[in-house]
Order: sequence, then structure tokens, then C-alpha cells
Amino acid sequence: MLEIKNLSVSIENNKILKDFSLNIKAGEVHALMGLNGSGKSTLVKTIAGHFECEITNGEILYKGENLKDIEVENRANKGIFLSFQNPCEIEGVNNSYFLKSALNAKRVYENKEELDTLEFAKLLKEKLDFFNIDKSLLKRDLNAGFSGGEKKKNELIQIMILKPDLILLDEIDSGLDIDAIKTVSAVINSLLDGKIAVLMITHYDRLLEEIKPDFVHILDNGKISLSGDHSLALELDKKGFEGIGKKDEKFN
Amino acid sequence: MNNEIKTLINENYKLGFETLIDSDTFPPGLNIEVIKAISLKKDEPSWLLEFRLKAYDYWLTMKEPTWSSLEYAKIDFNSISYFSAPKAALNSLDEVDPKILETYEKLGISLDEQKLLAGVAVDAVFDSVSVKTTYQKVLEEKGIIFCSISEAARTHSDLLKKYLASVVPVRDNYYACLNSAVFTDGSFVYIPPGVKCPMELSTYFRINALNTGQFERTLIIADKDSYVSYNEGCSAPVREESQLHAAVVELILLENAQIKYSTIQNWYAGDENGKGGILNFVTKRAKCLGDNSKVSWTQVETGSLLTWKYPSCILKGDNSVGAFYSVAITTKAQQADTGSKMIHIGKNTKSTIISKGVSALRGKNSYRGLVRMAKGADNSRNFSSCDSLLLGSSCSANTYPYHDIKNASSIVEHEASTSKISDTQLFFLKQRGIKEEDAISMIVNGFCKEVLQELPMEFAVEARALLDITLEGSVI
Repeated sequence: MLEIKNLSVSIENNKILKDFSLNIKAGEVHALMGLNGSGKSTLVKTIAGHFECEITNGEILYKGENLKDIEVENRANKGIFLSFQNPCEIEGVNNSYFLKSALNAKRVYENKEELDTLEFAKLLKEKLDFFNIDKSLLKRDLNAGFSGGEKKKNELIQIMILKPDLILLDEIDSGLDIDAIKTVSAVINSLLDGKIAVLMITHYDRLLEEIKPDFVHILDNGKISLSGDHSLALELDKKGFEGIGKKDEKFN
Repeated sequence: MNNEIKTLINENYKLGFETLIDSDTFPPGLNIEVIKAISLKKDEPSWLLEFRLKAYDYWLTMKEPTWSSLEYAKIDFNSISYFSAPKAALNSLDEVDPKILETYEKLGISLDEQKLLAGVAVDAVFDSVSVKTTYQKVLEEKGIIFCSISEAARTHSDLLKKYLASVVPVRDNYYACLNSAVFTDGSFVYIPPGVKCPMELSTYFRINALNTGQFERTLIIADKDSYVSYNEGCSAPVREESQLHAAVVELILLENAQIKYSTIQNWYAGDENGKGGILNFVTKRAKCLGDNSKVSWTQVETGSLLTWKYPSCILKGDNSVGAFYSVAITTKAQQADTGSKMIHIGKNTKSTIISKGVSALRGKNSYRGLVRMAKGADNSRNFSSCDSLLLGSSCSANTYPYHDIKNASSIVEHEASTSKISDTQLFFLKQRGIKEEDAISMIVNGFCKEVLQELPMEFAVEARALLDITLEGSVI
């Protein structure tokens, strides 16, 4: 689903990703770990087409298509979803209206008929009731005055409604209590049907206990320094990056 | 055309005579004879002609104000024609500028209505007149007067004489004075005591059908315990070259009366270089004469090349309330210098100013407002909030609040903010699949929500559509 080949990315002329390569197949869950500033967020932002990220070398193929000249909104409509670390607030824009607009933009892109307000409300109710998510969020302005946890829940609602094929989670667990992490995991796990893929950035093992990754990668200074399965994350949790870094040196 | 007018004009404009016959438009230029001709054409009572002539005399002694932030070439008042009868009707929609039709389509106005608006089919225009007459019967039963100001001059001369220029004096300002001399048409509304007007009154079709009135004059009187919601809409773009529009609107409120006045102004904005477009110099003022009266101005300004407009409230009655809600959009080469004046005279008077300015491309947006607390305005309050949103880096926004407070027990609050539409917000919306233009429209609509929700339902829908159209292609 996603092939990243020798990717180098700069932000304001600072090289962040250096000759980075990664393959993600449909049905796989990948976890990306690493110290702050190692380039984790830059990677997912680049995949989504963020204006700050300048690709200086390499390419990203999504479903076999080079993303280079594809607009941000079209990448989204093709099924790429980036859950933001800090989702932004937009005053005056009703959350439910925003959600409906986003869903209908995708439906139009797929040559499907737009949902009207009633059909949309029905869809929304089904999804939210299933996971017992607070519906009052929908009546408020988009993320405006939301707590950190509420913003993350709102990202989840968007994932449920938009049903993306490639989900990029940038620290969706940060600032969440255990119950909230369980809700996040329940939603993501329910979507794992063998067809979609997930790339999640996290610092903690707790999320990985709930959403079992097939692969764990350690990002260090713009490159993957170590890849493994879930046990790598467990080890990292025990020893910290430094401990793993020492092990890394032995390998070299 | 009336023979006397012909003679009058002919004396001064021998060359213009032919034009006059062909197009039924007065030749350019302003003098006593033109004013007499306007008055004669409208069959006005003599007091009104005197009113006009006095105004003209005084106007000649006045100088065009230069205090606003607007930049424009000096207006040659003698190059303007001061009276224009309806243009020859177009025979079919094919003769209408396709761009205008496209705009109507986007506004969701049906083909029949498009014909009406474009003044195409004469019978359709007649239709609209009959619709209005139907309503007029309902209104008459309640004693409500809703007619053109020319008609009121003939049929309700005493009422008009009593209140005309009682809120905006003839000598108030340069443009109001000019308007007093040459105004052509506009609305006259009287709501009798205790009557709640059963429907929204609107000038939407009438102004378009007449295709005249660059100098409108509107007078609304709400008697004791009455209520009216009045909508003024101009969705028909005017296609003429740079054109002066100098209107005067006066509202009078007696005890416990309430007026909601909503405007969607969408004249022709001119092109990217500021060529063509309307120069809009408008004086709008409400006078809360009676205790407990309540007035609100809600405006969405999108169309003119220049906007010079400060809808104001004189809060004379005790406990009277004034409000001003405004959205002003400037894009291309548009400039707006707009705001409000709240003059607190009575005790316990309250006023609110909510102003939202959106600038794009080379648009220039200034808020200019005055809050005055007179000596006797005990325990009065004002709250002003002026927010500006900038799209791109070639546009600008300014805020000029003036406060004049002579009463120690009154409270005046002023908030102002300027923000740029954020790339992060845009990226967020685009990442959710929403196109850039739709994303911008969503953010701008959100920014203007506080004002838009003050508009009557149907008007609000139109306003939203209009914001989208106005900002189309404004993204850099």
C-alpha cells in the first residue's frame, strides 16, 4: 500500500529525513518510535503533503501511485488520513457540519451521491453509539475549546466516518487516560479488516498492548535504526532508547 | 416624457436633448433645473421641491470629506446623470451578461427570478408588482404603509414632511446633503401603534426592477409598541462604469418600538484594478426617540469598489437598545471604511457593535466607530468587538475606534483582533478531503457566524452563498 524509497525531507532547509525507506502492505500495523526530533512527525506529514515538508530526494508511492504531484485533499480522498498530534481549532465551524462536508467531499471524489443531513445524522449515530462516544462534541465548534482528550476523540470520529485505507496516527495516545486509550484501540482494531494499514507514532507501550503492531521501527536522526516485531517495543519500554541504542552499536 | 421637463432641460442642455428623448435619462450635470425636473417628474408637493433646493444650495458650500482611509479619484459631480428612468427592457436572457447569469445560478435563484432580476420579461416584472400588491392588501388591513418614497410624497405628504431629515439633517454630511437634493426613489414604511408587521418587508425585487436610484432615500417609522423587520437586498450586479451611489436611510422608533434592518449589499465591485464598480457613500441612522425602543442594523457588505458607511443609532429614549452587526468583505481592489456610531443620550441605554472584516487580494478594510456617552446617559453600556481576518499578504485591515465619554456611570468596552487565515487550519481541512476554496469559505463563514446568525433565515442563506462567490479566486 505504501512504499517509501530513499526519502529525504527538509523543513526550512534543515534535513529531517535522510534516505528513509519503508514498505507497508495492506493489512499491516506498523509502529514508529524514537526520540523527539528524530523525524517521526515529519514522515507522516510528508505522506499527507504538508506544506512545510520539502522532498529533496526519493519518492512515496501510495497504492502504486507517486504522491509527488497529488494535492493534499486528493491524497485524503484517496484514503490517506493523518490524525494530528495537536488538531487545530476552528471557531464558528460546527463540528458536525465539518464532518459531513469532509465525508461528502470524499463521496463526490468517488462519484457517489452526497449524503443529506438526515442520512448523515443516522450514520453518525450508529458509529458513535457503538463505541459509546460523547455526541455533545458534534454540536460544538470544530475542536474549539476542546480538551486534549476531546480533540483526540474527535479525530477518532473522523476516522470512523471517513473510513480511510491508510491511517497515520501521530501520538493519538498522548494525554489520554487508560479508558480513552481503550476506546481509541477499540475503534482502530474494529477497522482492521486485513485491507487497511496503520502507521502509528507513539512513545508508550500501552497503546501497542491494545493495538498489536506487526512491525516496530525505531527512528533515529531521520533514519530507521532498528526494526523488529512487538518485542522490540517491549524491550524499548524496559530499557529506554539509550539501552536500545547500545544494543544497536553491537549490531554495527 | 413630460413636456415641461423637456422644456426645462432643453433650456440648459441643448446638446443633451436628443439623448434625453432616446434613453429617458437626464443628461449629466447638476443644477437647479435638474432638481426641479426631478421633482416635477415625480409630481412632488412644493415643500419637497423647496427641501431639495435648500439642500442643493447648502451642498454647493460644502467640501467633499477627506478623513476616511479611502483612496479614489476625485468625483466629478457634473459628469453624473441624476435621473435615469428604467432602461429599455431586454428581450431575452441571451442579452444579459453571462457572468451575471452565472452568479444568479450560484445564488440558487431560479430562471424565472433571473428574468425578473435582469428586468428581462416585462410581464414577469408586472407579476412581481402584483405579488407586491397582494401583500399590500394584507399590510393595509393592519394600517401598515409600505410604498415608494415618491408615492408617499403624494399620498402621505404630512407624515413624510414630519419625519424626513429628522434623523439625518440635510446638512449632516456632504453625501447626505447631495442625496437630499437629488434623491430619486426608495422605500417609505409606517407601522402604526401596537402593530407587529406580519411579514418581512423587502426591497429586493423592487430596486432591481426599477434599475434606478443611485440616490435612494428610505424612511421607516415604527410607532409605539410596533415591530418590523426590513430587508434590503441588492444581488443584481450593476454593470456600469464607476458609479456613485449615495443613499440615505432614516429609522424612527417611538416608545417600545422595534426595527430590525438587514442589508445585503452586492453592487458591482469593479475589476482587479479597481476599474468600474460602485462608489458607495451611504448615511444610515436610527433614532430611538421613545423609551424602551430597540433597533438593530445587520449588514453584509460585499459588492462596492468603495464603501463609506456608518449605520448609527441615536439612543435618546431611556432604556433604548442599539445594535450593529457587520460583515465587510474586500477583495480585488475594493476598499471599505465602515463601522457604526452609537450615541447614548437616554439613561440605561445599551449598544453592541460586532464588526467582522475580511480582506483578500488587494482589499483594504477599515473599521471606524464612535461611541458617545452623553452627560445624562446614566448607567449606559456599550460593547464593541472588531475582528479582522486577512487572506494573503497584499490586503490590509485597520481599526479606528473613537470614544467620547461624558458620563462616569457608563461602561464602554472595546475588543479588537486581527488574524491571518492560518495555513495550519487550511492544511487540517484539506487533509480531511475538503478543497482549498471550500476550506477557506468554511473558515470565513465561521469567522462571520456571529453576524450571519442575526440575519433572517432566507437572507442568511443568500449571504453565505454570496461570501463564497465573492471570495472565489481570492486565494493566493
